[in-house]
Amino acid sequence: MEASVTTATPGRSVLERSAASRLPDRLLKWGLTALAGAILALIAYFFIRLIGESGDTFSRFGLSFIFGNDWDPSRSIFHGFPLVAGTLITSAIALILGVPVAVAAALYLNELCPRRFRTPLAILVDLLAAVPSVVYGLWGILVLAPKLLPAEKWFASTFSFIPFIGGGTPTAPNYFLAGLILAIMILPIVSAISREVIATVPPEHKEAALALGATRWEMIRMAVLPYARPGITGGAMLGLGRAIGETIAVVLVIGNAPLLGSHLFNQGYTLAAVIAAEFGEAANTPVHSSALFAAGLVLFVLTLIVNIVARWFVVSGHRGRRRGAGAMVEAQAASVGEVG
Amino acid sequence: MSAVAARFPEVSPRRRRTDRFMRASLLAGTLIALVPLVLVVYFLLKQGLGAWSGSFFSSDPNGNFFGNPGGIRSAIFGTLEMIALATLIAVPIGIGVALYLVEYGKQSAFANIVRYFIDVMTGVPSIVFGLFIYISLVINHVGGASFAGWKGSVAVSLLMLPVVTRSAEVVLLLVPDSLREAALALGAPRWRVVSRVVLPTALPGLVTGSLLAVARGMGETAPLLFTAGVTFLASSNINQQMNSLPVQIFNDITSPRQAVVDRAWGAALALVAIILVLNLVARFVSRRSRMA
Amino acid sequence: MIPPETTSKEQTDMSTAGGPSERSQAAPGASASRAKVNKSGHGVKVTDLHAYYGSLHSIKGISIDFPPNEVTAIIGPSGSGKSTVVRCINRMHEEIPGARAEGSVTLDELDVYGEGVDVTAVRRLIGMVFQKPNPFPTMSIFDNVAAGLRLTGTKTSDLRHLVEHSLQSVGLWGEVKDRLGEPGIGLSGGQQQRLCIARTVAVEPEVILMDEPCSALDPMATLKIEELIDELKERYTIVIVTHNMQQAARVADTTVFMLDGQVIEHDATNKMFTRPNDERTERYVTGKFG
Repeated sequence: MEASVTTATPGRSVLERSAASRLPDRLLKWGLTALAGAILALIAYFFIRLIGESGDTFSRFGLSFIFGNDWDPSRSIFHGFPLVAGTLITSAIALILGVPVAVAAALYLNELCPRRFRTPLAILVDLLAAVPSVVYGLWGILVLAPKLLPAEKWFASTFSFIPFIGGGTPTAPNYFLAGLILAIMILPIVSAISREVIATVPPEHKEAALALGATRWEMIRMAVLPYARPGITGGAMLGLGRAIGETIAVVLVIGNAPLLGSHLFNQGYTLAAVIAAEFGEAANTPVHSSALFAAGLVLFVLTLIVNIVARWFVVSGHRGRRRGAGAMVEAQAASVGEVG
Repeated sequence: MSAVAARFPEVSPRRRRTDRFMRASLLAGTLIALVPLVLVVYFLLKQGLGAWSGSFFSSDPNGNFFGNPGGIRSAIFGTLEMIALATLIAVPIGIGVALYLVEYGKQSAFANIVRYFIDVMTGVPSIVFGLFIYISLVINHVGGASFAGWKGSVAVSLLMLPVVTRSAEVVLLLVPDSLREAALALGAPRWRVVSRVVLPTALPGLVTGSLLAVARGMGETAPLLFTAGVTFLASSNINQQMNSLPVQIFNDITSPRQAVVDRAWGAALALVAIILVLNLVARFVSRRSRMA
Repeated sequence: MIPPETTSKEQTDMSTAGGPSERSQAAPGASASRAKVNKSGHGVKVTDLHAYYGSLHSIKGISIDFPPNEVTAIIGPSGSGKSTVVRCINRMHEEIPGARAEGSVTLDELDVYGEGVDVTAVRRLIGMVFQKPNPFPTMSIFDNVAAGLRLTGTKTSDLRHLVEHSLQSVGLWGEVKDRLGEPGIGLSGGQQQRLCIARTVAVEPEVILMDEPCSALDPMATLKIEELIDELKERYTIVIVTHNMQQAARVADTTVFMLDGQVIEHDATNKMFTRPNDERTERYVTGKFG
């Protein structure tokens, strides 16, 4: 298209535009390209600085920063396994509680819901993402924690024979509460992506199932779920990435105890929470702040890996069926982002 | 052909039960998903409205251990100032990158790399962005001060950037190629096509994406904690520490004083109200302008 | 041929839909007779059928008898409502949001739109083959054929036998017997369509509806399907929608010509293509339709 306007004919001809008139075009093109490049450079710069700032910690503690079980700033010992474990435990709880609900909502809204309720309900589910994480934390610790505690105590003593799940003495802030709040926070993104993916299931497949005499649910099981599975998996992984990195809500409801809790209803810590909670006291202790930067680096790499895998799933789930659908899903992912 | 009187084969009760049970489960899932929203809004209204008194919006918080703990004036101002600056940074850059991706980069290798990293940015935890800015701007006192409002803005703009870019890219892709071709065929140079045809056509969508990004940035706590600092004072100097709604809520929650905790509820209600309005306006704008 | 303006929106204009699809009005005489349907030889009777997409009245009161063990072709220009008619027969029509149908469709004595009739049961007895081959993309060849059987809880030990039998009856067994575990979408277009027919045949329906089953296929694959239709009519009542008049002439015993949501002519295929009664039919079958 462009060539037809700016064809460079040898020698001057009516078809040739002067260099001056072509200048804005070039400026725009190269300006925008440089801008895009600058973003990449910026990400690289941040990454390198973060590695540099946390280098001290890794040279001092090595792998025991991740696998050692002793986090004690007062003795300058930073073995972060309790944090890594807390991150994994709370994220796992979030997935277990959040994903089934999110997928159920997506299936209901796309396949069963009367049309006139569909958009309003979808907007309401999306609005869960609009609540800032500090507000979830506020509600979680001041309202939910005291209300749940009696139930947790009953549960822990009734099922004390199950390791980890039962037993112990529940405290108001605990792993489960953090996982529950995270489940609520990842619900909208998992649901939005599932909806988007489910909407791409070709109607022919659904008709094929119905024409065989399948009930609605059988149609979903036969034609919708198998087709949408990779995309839903990707959505769940993106939710996992969110859960791993969520800070403010978790720091308020997990108790911030640098110990490996032995029960579901014990206090704990996560990689993200430790940064927010100890940041103030660490400011004047280089060893401590370096350890927090290292926690940030581990967090960054962890979320990076999870997101890369998630996107692979979402994109392969689309298998190029709909031009721009992938972009649409990711834009959804971005705009339904958690507010943390 | 003997016309046999007949009836339809029964669908087995088991299948029928399964179908009914699963439909009910999916509906239940949807309703469960909405429970937290209802509860959060209910408690925000119940606890928050009580805190909204006359001086709540017009007084700064103070650190007094007794008496009136003050309101949220400086937090509101700080949030508005920092988000305005973050928007000024993130929206032009975000749309610029989206323009590059749609108009110039298209499916080139470089464009796909940029696209990929923009996606990756959406998944980076906000606290990590806070650390980035802390390391590169705060600890070496760039601009003279350590913590400063503008550094908070930069951190928040990094969070907003991928949201703006990805939504803008989708919207720009929706501008029909036939419009671009029509303008190019009239002999318009590319930059005029972009500025006179593409951007105006996509404008409502760009506004929607930007508003959603603003709404997202508005609620961020973690990145501000490390960059804008913690203060009670209202300031119009962006090179000083700045208070903000999320950070003040975060600090107030852990207070032993009930009056301060109440202030957190009041501030949370105000924050959620602002964000919901932004979301609704964004939806309204996009509703009015369905292009395709 | 250019479709008449008035009805060409039939296929696309579904977005005006308001509420969920309404169940059609029950036709009289539903509950009178209840017995078992025999294995073969049951015709379909459509009486005074009206179909709507939202406010669009696309089928305007048609009545057609589809005799048992015969192939009936429905021809007509695009937008004449021929696909809608077959979709009304097994109640797939109502799956489109806002679409509804009125009137009566009976399979033998059975009222398809009768009170309390389960749509899944209707579709078990009245199978359907679609325009585009639509094997389930995530299932193997075997699983595709077994899909309908599994719904009804057929025992696994019987499955293999039934799948083989169905694939044989569509002439696909020899081609795929060594790769039953491979995905169904790996087959060629013609094979996929035969796979879909095998999937339909596997649940032993009484009637098979075919909605332009060859329009996405090449001539050789089309020929195979047409031969297959000829064999299948021994056991099933077949209704085929086609835009291809040669195809109608080749496979159908009787042919229905539709225009603008109405039946213009319904007669033995032979007569229809040589001595049609209606002038519009003649213009259409001779390709002069404007």
